[in-house]
Amino acid sequence: AGLTLSLRAQVSAAAASGALPKRVKVVEVGPRDGLQNEKSVVPTPVKISLINMLSETGLQVIEATSFVSPKWVPQMADHTEVMRGINKLPGISYPVLTPNLKGFQAAVAAGAKEVSIFGAASELFTKKNINCSIEESLERFDEVMTAARAASIPVRGYVSCVLGCPYEGKISAAKVAEVSKKMYSMGCYEISLGDTIGVGTPGSMKEMLTAVMKEVPVGALAVHCHDTYGQALANILVALQMGVSVVDASVAGLGGCPYAQGASGNVATEDLVYMLNGLGIHTGVDLQKLMDTGTFICNALNRRTNSKVSQACCRL
Amino acid sequence: MGTVPSALKHCLSYQHLLKEQLWIGEPAAPPPAAPHPGQVSQASGLPEYIKIVEVGPRDGLQNEKVIVPTDIKIELINRLSKTGLPAIEVTSFVSSKWVPQMADHKEVMRGIERHPGVQYPVLTPNLQGFHSAIAAGATEVSVFGAASESFSKMNINCSIEESIEKFEEVAKSARNMNIPVRGYVSCALGCPYEGNIVPAKVAEVSKRLYSMGCYEISLGDTIGVGTPGSMKSMLEAVMKEIPLSALAVHCHDTYGQALANILTAIQMGVTVVDSSVAGLGGCPYAKGATGNVATEDVIYMLNGLGINTGVNLYKVMEAGNFICTALNKKTNSKVAQASFSAGAIN
Repeated sequence: AGLTLSLRAQVSAAAASGALPKRVKVVEVGPRDGLQNEKSVVPTPVKISLINMLSETGLQVIEATSFVSPKWVPQMADHTEVMRGINKLPGISYPVLTPNLKGFQAAVAAGAKEVSIFGAASELFTKKNINCSIEESLERFDEVMTAARAASIPVRGYVSCVLGCPYEGKISAAKVAEVSKKMYSMGCYEISLGDTIGVGTPGSMKEMLTAVMKEVPVGALAVHCHDTYGQALANILVALQMGVSVVDASVAGLGGCPYAQGASGNVATEDLVYMLNGLGIHTGVDLQKLMDTGTFICNALNRRTNSKVSQACCRL
Repeated sequence: MGTVPSALKHCLSYQHLLKEQLWIGEPAAPPPAAPHPGQVSQASGLPEYIKIVEVGPRDGLQNEKVIVPTDIKIELINRLSKTGLPAIEVTSFVSSKWVPQMADHKEVMRGIERHPGVQYPVLTPNLQGFHSAIAAGATEVSVFGAASESFSKMNINCSIEESIEKFEEVAKSARNMNIPVRGYVSCALGCPYEGNIVPAKVAEVSKRLYSMGCYEISLGDTIGVGTPGSMKSMLEAVMKEIPLSALAVHCHDTYGQALANILTAIQMGVTVVDSSVAGLGGCPYAKGATGNVATEDVIYMLNGLGINTGVNLYKVMEAGNFICTALNKKTNSKVAQASFSAGAIN
């Protein structure tokens, strides 16, 4: 009994001490995931300025736009102009969403050097969103993977609804692991696990990651947490403690939740960087410049920031 | 899971609307009869039970712009008493010259229902306040120290040492009357005047309060600047001087770090967490910024971790809705915002 107790204490201590990564790659999704879920449609020059400002903050990855039909996502209708218009700084990646081969080809023609594809851990969500099964959605991506491989273009895979689905409710960790494994086997270099409706807690995050990490190496995993229930930073902390070192976030917390009117969505990059700084984890991101960028886009959108750090106007 | 037509939704009471929320789940089970201090869950290494200390009626309302009428305060506390919360900080026996929001401390103390099994601590900055509190029926009191000399000077116009001397008088009288005393340490993770605060200083002040007889020390991140990194360093220092079972954390969410900081504290074995219904109480040091962490958001996280609190989240949200309506303000709880916003999914 004494041995078990001390072992538990060790596990606890390890968890508490975190064994945290020394560096975390922050993937900025504001210009795409953020703006796509904002009520106002942002003019092309503003989008380009936003991305250019983000490029000056030290962020290494900035999701620029989405090559989907403007019929479905009018906010991203100017994808070609944005892709062509932004300054592409060396050392920074500007991935774009490509839901199918057509989008992929348009993206490459516009200068994209990295693309993302979106799967989901929920059959109902997939049906409602793109009117097919998970299996069928992944088959559609096969074409993209083949073309990307031929062009030496890296592909990032997203899995939505990893901690809950607005239609199905609870999602089994095993299902998330299954979909992640498929996408990784198809050739995605990284799998971003998305808590699409922000219902996850450190408990469900841990359970889900434990299952996924059996199938995908932790170095290829990222977390994409929504802050709809205020749980994002706690969930991210748990992910870091489990060895995840890539975290998605959105400047100023842009992008509400389409499933809970008026509720917040993406976690704010400023608040994430503040936490990582406090943990002594290197991100390379200049928080002041990031806050300035957040101020810029919030003024353009005529809205308040969702970042608490920005709200506090902190004296760092 | 059926969808509710929106017209019907408008007719439903608040409670019925809440019950449609898939993610809030069932009320938590009552706490085990006698939880062993630091009893750890097999699977997660986390405590099995966390005591939530609700500070909304005092810390929350004290830092709201609008002064709340006495009957509203009493109604709020009575509602909170029915949620399963084990401790509700009721009011503050300080001079109404300094804290006008708490001027009705006697009326509130005398007016509230006292539910068995629920503690109703009140703040008592000095012996005079203590006597007044006891006369009004208080059965538990709190004293407030700080880990920063500048903060102590600016807040209560005396040094830390002088403030400790005042509290010792209170502690002595309290001991004679068998009244438990809770000690708070402000600025545990940073000070609006001094900036960085050394963990050793927090440990030193905590030890003074504990030695004088405080049964619990609540470590407050007064301006919310702490992160899991500074929380860990601070707790490591304090845990050398105070037993874990006597520690609580009082996190502010001004920089959005509260839940991550609370999680860190829980992982280190802390089992008492302060929070404020609807996240009442802004930060007096950062205009427009938030202050206290919202009780609803804390409970949501603890429920998700399988940790018992004994608290019914629905009932807390109802109490939160009540006070926000009375204050004519939006809730600061993200759980509450998400739960009311979630429309029918088609």
